Amino acid sequence: MTAKQTGAVGAHNAKVMNRFDLTKKLVGQLKRDEAVVAGIGNANFDLWATGNRPQNFYMLGSMGLAIPIALGVAIAQPQRHVVALEGDGSLLMQLGCLATVAMRAPKNLTIALWDNGIYQITGAQPTASASAADLVAISRGAGIANSAWAADEDDFDHLVASALKGGGPSLIAARIDHKPAVATTDRDPVQIRERFMRGLGVRR
Amino acid sequence: MTDAQTRATAWHEIVLATLKSNDVKLVVYVPDRVFTPLIKAIHADPFFIAFAATREEEALGIVTGAWMGGMRGAVLMQTSGFGTIPNALASLVAPCQIPALIFVSERGTLGEFNLGQAMVCRTMRPVLDSLAVENHTITHHDELGFIIDRSIKQAVATQAPVTFILSPLLTGGKVFEG
Repeated sequence: MTAKQTGAVGAHNAKVMNRFDLTKKLVGQLKRDEAVVAGIGNANFDLWATGNRPQNFYMLGSMGLAIPIALGVAIAQPQRHVVALEGDGSLLMQLGCLATVAMRAPKNLTIALWDNGIYQITGAQPTASASAADLVAISRGAGIANSAWAADEDDFDHLVASALKGGGPSLIAARIDHKPAVATTDRDPVQIRERFMRGLGVRR
Repeated sequence: MTDAQTRATAWHEIVLATLKSNDVKLVVYVPDRVFTPLIKAIHADPFFIAFAATREEEALGIVTGAWMGGMRGAVLMQTSGFGTIPNALASLVAPCQIPALIFVSERGTLGEFNLGQAMVCRTMRPVLDSLAVENHTITHHDELGFIIDRSIKQAVATQAPVTFILSPLLTGGKVFEG
């Protein structure tokens, strides 16, 4: 069997979906002022396009750190559920954070992973997940038992609803298409951070 | 004898007490031999939430999230680990104005045996200075509590990170045992 056949794309039958569509579905399920931390690039942009919730944090730099930031929020506010939105390229840059999340085992943290198999924003170069790496298997191997590919949109909705119940850290991975994000964020880190802190009730 | 060995209160006891009195609850570290007594004491104290991250920049991300969620945090690392964090400093901590408290166990000087540590040590202060990140090299036991206490308060008040470089003159450092 070749690497291509054993990788994420070959090893499961998940439907290829759209990131903005899934981001809307996810945000639509947030009813309790859940925090959302989105990673650099398109994860950010499509979250921005769903509307400006004050509990959204848009990470403009520091590729790979959306999940660690979300973990920090989850530790500081154990009563609030926290969702990290991250892309395959970003996660591959900081795989160790999955092991840290598993070790801490926060009940209030969900990771949504958008896997399109490319570094989309830099010119669509292939990521390792396009041919070899199965990021759900890696997540399970890191210790996040509740890691799954979303088979289709309905399955994604179901997995999100289940994760938001807060039984433990979970990772929901979705294969996504190569369509560009539908908007771009503002670029003011201080304003983004301040609004987020107000959204979390830390600042007035 | 180093300064540390001549004192009744160990350097790590002063660091721990100062973190506590400033309500710094979260300590995320990448392990270091010299910091071992500090890390052990922090783990033993239920006031703290303490754990290892897999990488220094990950630790910075975690304390950034915690700060935004209302909890103060510190990151502990050794000098070579500093080499992994300039991007996180330049593109997250500094532009978002996060009062991250960064403690570096200084390697690479005063008897270093590992050239890699020495090279990173030479880049550390120029990187911090070029990013305008406040940094203090602490060599004297008498000044330790004052510098850390005042600098934590300044970091929070001015919403800016601060780095404490703990010199072998303070901690005893790590010596070649081979």
